[in-house]
Amino acid sequence: MSATPARTAPLVAVEGIHTYYGKSHILHGVSLEVKTGEVVGLLGRNGVGKSTTLKTIMGLVHPTEGVIQLEGRPITRLPAYRLAKLGIGYVPEDRRIFRLLTVMENLRTGLDRHGVAESRKRELLDKVFQYFPVLAERRNQAGGTLSGGEQQMLAIARAMMLEPKIILLDEPTEGLMPRMVSQIREIVGALHAEGVAILLVEQNVPLTLEASQRVYIMEKGVVRHHAPASDLRHDDAVIHQYLGV
Amino acid sequence: MTADRRAGTATASAGTGRGGPVPVLRTESLTERFGGLTALNNVSIEVPRGEIRAVIGPNGAGKSTFFNCLTGVLRPTSGRILFNGEDIAGLPPHRISQKGIARSYQITNILPNATTLENVRLAAQSRRHGWSLLTHYAAFADILDRAHAILAAVGLADKADELAANLSHGEQRNLEIGIALATEPQLLCLDEPTAGMSAAETHDTMELVRRISRDLTIMIVEHDMQVVMELAQQITVLHYGEVLAEGTPAEIQRNPRVLEVYLKT
Amino acid sequence: MTIPVDQILIQTLNGIVTGMILALVASGLTLIFGIMDVVNFAHGELFMLGAYVGTTTMVMSGNFWLSLVVATMTIALLGAAIQVTTLRPLLGRDPLTTILATFGISLVLQNYALWQYGPVPRKILEPFTGHFNFFYLEYPWYRLVIALLSAAIITALYLFLKFGTYGVWIRATTQDRIMAAAMGIPVPAVHTIVFAIGSGMAAASGVLFGPLIGVNHAMGLDWVLKAFIVVVVGGMGNLGGSILASIFVSLLEAYASLVVSPAQAVIVSFVALILTLLFRPTGLFVPTPK
Repeated sequence: MSATPARTAPLVAVEGIHTYYGKSHILHGVSLEVKTGEVVGLLGRNGVGKSTTLKTIMGLVHPTEGVIQLEGRPITRLPAYRLAKLGIGYVPEDRRIFRLLTVMENLRTGLDRHGVAESRKRELLDKVFQYFPVLAERRNQAGGTLSGGEQQMLAIARAMMLEPKIILLDEPTEGLMPRMVSQIREIVGALHAEGVAILLVEQNVPLTLEASQRVYIMEKGVVRHHAPASDLRHDDAVIHQYLGV
Repeated sequence: MTADRRAGTATASAGTGRGGPVPVLRTESLTERFGGLTALNNVSIEVPRGEIRAVIGPNGAGKSTFFNCLTGVLRPTSGRILFNGEDIAGLPPHRISQKGIARSYQITNILPNATTLENVRLAAQSRRHGWSLLTHYAAFADILDRAHAILAAVGLADKADELAANLSHGEQRNLEIGIALATEPQLLCLDEPTAGMSAAETHDTMELVRRISRDLTIMIVEHDMQVVMELAQQITVLHYGEVLAEGTPAEIQRNPRVLEVYLKT
Repeated sequence: MTIPVDQILIQTLNGIVTGMILALVASGLTLIFGIMDVVNFAHGELFMLGAYVGTTTMVMSGNFWLSLVVATMTIALLGAAIQVTTLRPLLGRDPLTTILATFGISLVLQNYALWQYGPVPRKILEPFTGHFNFFYLEYPWYRLVIALLSAAIITALYLFLKFGTYGVWIRATTQDRIMAAAMGIPVPAVHTIVFAIGSGMAAASGVLFGPLIGVNHAMGLDWVLKAFIVVVVGGMGNLGGSILASIFVSLLEAYASLVVSPAQAVIVSFVALILTLLFRPTGLFVPTPK
């Protein structure tokens, strides 16, 4: 029995997903995959369904058709809390940290899981405070008092507490100052170095092309283009066609 | 080509303070602030009569806020909104509707338990006759005729007696446009009319907008660039609440600042 | 017309005692609403059934404190069962659906109690009698104890929510149940547990208050009405607010019953409700949102 198929099988595979919001048909058959440890970019203009794709993978909205698989097993209609336990982390577009909980309590929502040794929990906290020293400083402050950039850090840190196999990142640099944008870029790099896969939805094209290995481009609810990031870095025509005006 | 002629008229009358026809819509330093957030900052635009104007911009650029100020849902912090030369800033929505601005919404606003015809008829009725409890609606033949005409214009003539809830998503969004039309507007504001539609439905809606644009001025907020580039005669690009650029589709596509904003290069 | 000072003092104490018990009922109600947007019209019946289970256990064991514990546990389980079977399937639907469901449950429970226990009111004996001296007045010990016990239970709840592991889960789910789920918190289970806690607290109030009033199948109605008033005045979903509002409203009623009959004193609560809705609809003790 060959070990190669297991190694090349994708971590997350999405096939033929149709998602509706009420009667609004947002995803018209989306298919994509993310391999273990890969950073995959998902680009497209506003309203094409990028966020909806992430929400569908995370089980926050259920597709009417199509299959989603995690490490080969179907997870299509599982509830979100099961998927979080199976190793999918989610950082939504508007951050959605728990505003009335302190930074520490926000982190604890992911940290307090069954079967995790206290020492491991402390390690995770230390690691995250190393990545985000500002969170260590503000650990007893209410989440709602943090600045936008700090909230983004907290949202990512919180997801990291789950020790996920893949993190779904929805427009992490939106509304952030350039300095914070480069910090996000570093975090993505650091997570990649640790072997965490990332599905990165972004409007920032250069950052995405730089950070990702492969990129999907969506339009009107379907994936229209798929290429290695290195190819797209020099393909202005495609970029303009799908992302420009 | 009609489009070129209209484009010519647009450029000729753009920026005309005196002389030339009064633009249907003109905003002067329109500003909207919510506490610490400035959603619209000194937005001054001019839309001549009969134009199809698209308003585009990245997330959070202020497009919906702009429409909300136009239609009276929000009261601007400062600035003027001149509709046919009259300042309507801060007027309540029903007054603005009476003056001739109609709007379709991103989330469909139809009455699901009424028929398609009834939905449009009710809107048409709002323009005529005052209170008349005792007259049967069938007596208002002119309103019924108008309702039927509008259904034909939006391609729903054969669905007149169908319950609105049973229409497809695309048909519902077109019904919404029909309802807005029934109020006999001079300025029609369409808020993401093709959201959630398939390619075929989008095409139908674009045809619809072209058909009805003959006697109307239309402003349309859209994310679908294909729709914008094919329909619009002029485009206003908003970014962080300010007007970034204005021009024809060709000009906007080449504008380096716009490209920078959209591609963040 | 002057009102003797000692009557005012007595009414102050009465108001506080009633307020604490009301706070126990209301905090369960506001907790349930805050976390799952369910307006629990059956809450008064959980209070009532708690009192009845208390009477039965009293008869069998003669021990008041045992009755308190048994009633709380039993009704907590009942609450969990109700939530899982009837309310969990309705999550996310039109709020009217859950209102109708809990209203239906309240009718079922009322009639069950009538069938099971009969129409004659029962009594729970106070665990101890005797008065203590409050300045120059005498005030029953028992009333003081139930006020303290209610305060203790509410404090325990507060500490659990603030510092307990699962307390964080409950607070997170209350604020944003979608993101709580995305963090691996088992939201359906959290909802059930909160409903159980709320039910248990209502049952405890029923037993504690039992000796002061008769236990009958309709006793829930008055109390749930007062509890709803308190929850609105204190701010829906706001735990601290509902506790303050319970004491505030109870004191108002207590003072009002000095000048009018107690039946008419209830009007004061409704006036408070109307004024709150008119001027501070998010709650008297909640900072007005900007």
